Amino acid sequence: MTYFLCMIIFAIGLYAVVAKRNMIKIIIGIMVMEYALNMLFVLFGYRQGGRSPILEKAQTITNIVDPLPQALILTAIVIGLATTALMVALAVRIYEKYGTFDITKIRKLRG
Amino acid sequence: MTDINVILMLMIVGSIIAVETRDMLSCVVVVGVVGLFQSLAFLVLKAPDLAIVQLVVEILSLVILLRVIIRKEASEPQHHPDYFPMLVGITLSLLALLFVHPILRELPQFGQPVMRVAKEYIENGMKATGATNLVSAVILDFRAYDTLGEAVVLFTAVCGALIVLRKTGRKKKGEPETEA
Repeated sequence: MTYFLCMIIFAIGLYAVVAKRNMIKIIIGIMVMEYALNMLFVLFGYRQGGRSPILEKAQTITNIVDPLPQALILTAIVIGLATTALMVALAVRIYEKYGTFDITKIRKLRG
Repeated sequence: MTDINVILMLMIVGSIIAVETRDMLSCVVVVGVVGLFQSLAFLVLKAPDLAIVQLVVEILSLVILLRVIIRKEASEPQHHPDYFPMLVGITLSLLALLFVHPILRELPQFGQPVMRVAKEYIENGMKATGATNLVSAVILDFRAYDTLGEAVVLFTAVCGALIVLRKTGRKKKGEPETEA
């Protein structure tokens, strides 16, 4: 149920990427898909009634959530920001050249 | 585990609004709201590091997206609705959900992870690295090569954005200076 709700967010992003004509909408769709996948990984590592993966020196804590997906997602979020910036830079360049964000109007090459 | 489901449903509603709104400014703002909900969900899922990073990244990406759409097309032009791509998009999304549903049922139940690799980290992480925060122990010690590789990816993406956006060397003769 929880995983499936997460995948619905992914499907909405996929719909935006496939069906929308505005480049900014497509970038937003990719961002939404990123959110869904990051969320899915963290959901995999969650343990019922668990604690955050921060230990203390004195006591031994056993019921903490899985730290591995969190560590992988931590860098993936930042890379998502960088790729979003790259896509936005390309969109800005295309807007300067063609004067529109509509992908159906920028088919013809103007060298 | 109802609170995480509620947050996920709010994220679904937010992303539908973000995809379907015509006004670009509200569209970008709603994406920011979805990201902030995700930060909240990370807090509920006991991932405080991720919540902080998500908050910062969300604000930065909101600023970047606002920088693009400001003084450009304020809203999507009202073109005649094109039903073919819409139909293809809906079909693809439903197919993706259909294929992913049996896979998700095979996975371990939500709230009971397997934690075969993580058990090692939890038992020895403190002794081996001296870090109390296990997430930083994993990214900076156990899987430091992973982090190095991802830093390379990050560097490449930033270099690409800077090269695409740079001004010098792109001027042709007779072409006026355009503002980025």
